[in-house]
Amino acid sequence: MTAVSDRRQLAYVASQAAEARVNLELETEGMTLNIGPQHPATHGTLRIVARLDGEQVIEAEPIMGYMHRGYEKLTEVRTYPQVTTLVNRIDWLGSFANEVPFILACEQLMGIEAPPRAQYIRTILFEMARMAHVTLFLGDLGVQLGAVTPVFYAFRDREHVLNQIESATGGRFHPNFDRIGGVKDDLPAGWISETKLTVKKIRQFCDTVEDLLFGNEIFETRTRGIGVIPADVGLSYGLSGANIRGSGVDWDLRRDAPNGLVYDQADWKVWTHPDGDSFARSWVRLQEVRESCNIVEQLLDNIPKGPIMAKVPRIIKVPEGEAYVATENPLGEMGYYVVSQGELTPFRVKIRSASFSNMSISPWLLKGAYVPDVITILASLYFILGDIDR
Amino acid sequence: MLAFELGWAEWLVRTVAVLGVVLLPAGATVYLYLFKMVSFMQSRLGPMEAGPYGSMQLLAEVGKNLQKEDILPAKADRTIFNLAPYVVLSSTFLLALVVPFGPEAGFASLDTGSFSDRNFDGVGAFYAMAVSSISVIGILMAGWASASKYSLMGGVRAAGQLIAYELPLILAIVGVVIQAGSLSLQGIVYAQYEGEIFGFGAIGNPFIITQFVGFIIFMIAVQAELTQVPFDMPIAESELVSGYMTEYSGFRFLMFFIGEFATANIFAFLASVFFLGGWTVPPFIVDLLGITIDSNWFNLIGPAVMLTKMLLLTFIIYWVRFTYPRFREDQLQKFAWKVLIPISLVNIAITGFLKVAF
Repeated sequence: MTAVSDRRQLAYVASQAAEARVNLELETEGMTLNIGPQHPATHGTLRIVARLDGEQVIEAEPIMGYMHRGYEKLTEVRTYPQVTTLVNRIDWLGSFANEVPFILACEQLMGIEAPPRAQYIRTILFEMARMAHVTLFLGDLGVQLGAVTPVFYAFRDREHVLNQIESATGGRFHPNFDRIGGVKDDLPAGWISETKLTVKKIRQFCDTVEDLLFGNEIFETRTRGIGVIPADVGLSYGLSGANIRGSGVDWDLRRDAPNGLVYDQADWKVWTHPDGDSFARSWVRLQEVRESCNIVEQLLDNIPKGPIMAKVPRIIKVPEGEAYVATENPLGEMGYYVVSQGELTPFRVKIRSASFSNMSISPWLLKGAYVPDVITILASLYFILGDIDR
Repeated sequence: MLAFELGWAEWLVRTVAVLGVVLLPAGATVYLYLFKMVSFMQSRLGPMEAGPYGSMQLLAEVGKNLQKEDILPAKADRTIFNLAPYVVLSSTFLLALVVPFGPEAGFASLDTGSFSDRNFDGVGAFYAMAVSSISVIGILMAGWASASKYSLMGGVRAAGQLIAYELPLILAIVGVVIQAGSLSLQGIVYAQYEGEIFGFGAIGNPFIITQFVGFIIFMIAVQAELTQVPFDMPIAESELVSGYMTEYSGFRFLMFFIGEFATANIFAFLASVFFLGGWTVPPFIVDLLGITIDSNWFNLIGPAVMLTKMLLLTFIIYWVRFTYPRFREDQLQKFAWKVLIPISLVNIAITGFLKVAF
């Protein structure tokens, strides 16, 4: 006389046993897939060792360091003005933005403040670096998803921005333009009106991309709900930039700690998105390009006249002390911790690059994703290999 | 007319003609669309150096691929690896055999009757659908024999995808076959020429109008069969490097390349036979010209008409290819089994019902 509950329990045990047998029979050996170091999706030399079950990732481990160039150590044998040449090459798409926090840290140690016009020029070029950088991201996102056309528009329109950066600084990719106490040169004649035209073109590009990609159903099915980062997890991994704003955390160093850049002189908005998925991160970046356009336009209208260089000694010796200055770079928070012992060269420089922290979430994030989603997640996290490996 | 009764000279002519029909339009579409149209879409010029407006670029590409080393991976299954591109390409040529280009112009129509007798006993549509799936075997062979993980994943993806999209492809044709009342491709062409829509017969009854749902499903399935974006997961260059083609180089890569684009043309030929009236022109134009539809003139006009229709359809294929992002593998399967197949089944039911009702 078995009770009903007992019979149910028996049936449950039997079903479990049957399932276990089936699982044992169907158990397949996992496959280890090396994504990289040479792979079209990693735009650089990132290697991801993924253990796969079919197309699903069980475990993913990013292996970094293939491009380590030792910039932190190299700064110790360079004089302060020479360091900008090195740090230009960390995040090679937004080069000018790399120079600014280092120079700001040095200025903070020396107690110098750049004249207002120099601050404006810095901020404008900083935002133009972001425009060039994120424009390319928006195009590249399409390529990773299989839509090859947007990237050509991205390259075309980024070229306008790079031309403007070149005409102001002399370098398309590596301006090396920021100096302790100001900037190297004043803006050339006619630059302001030309830059306004460029900004218009970037705005048009944003509209095109929004039409082509963000309004596309396939794009939405591929990115919505994929690679979700909850806000607390993102914060605990040290994410910054659009990645954390895509998870709904309203945190932007441009607004919260401008550190000598004139973001408070323009009227703009910090965009966040509550979802935290690939779509949210990409969407936030799209809006940020538009905000950059706003900032640049407003600053160009109000740029003050005056000197572009403060009074600095001919031979720059930074007084003893240490300073950490971070700015909101295109990829996220980028900071330099500069330790000086009063010599010609820094004693130690620690570079906090955004991509390194943004990448560190990938083992957590890629677990359980499908192989095609690995690519979209990595694309939406948006890293630059030079920025990871320094 | 069966091909077995032919003399050796006609065999030779037909063989060369099949090669021409497969390769020349493939070259034309690759230059027109893959090189030029896409370049204009992407705000660039495309090839400009080789020949006027880069028109000799294709020859340069072929020459380049012929000179390249034919690399064989160390652990590859030699025989199967070498054989795979031929299997893929053979499906293309077998498909081209049955396409009718005129009342008498064709290679092997599989019809027992002839056009002038209006005797359309044949199984051309059935044959076309059957041989189109041979390429799956070649792709699986390539994926497996390459001894590369990316190739294997690409091959398995391709197999799943091509099998899933065979069904909508065939089911879309079933509606056409029911409406035409014939499995013969000539019969389907003639049914569209002779047909009329509610008594209005000046343009015949191209099935793109009455079988519009079938046409859309057919074109989507063709896009998937050709593994073109948005269904290009087997190749997926940003994920799988180049899928099942990863390890191929030189001449064998060229064969995959030709297979891909020539098959696009042949499917476009078939789509124009099934849905756009094939080699015929609308009846009122035939009346204007003052000739009959089975006159010898149409053996000349027919191929030109087919080429025009094929160029129109391949334009759509490449347009879509360079506009959309790609699906994920599971989303693709869902799309095939939950959307396309139910719709095409309903389409068949409605077609059958209306066929009986009218």
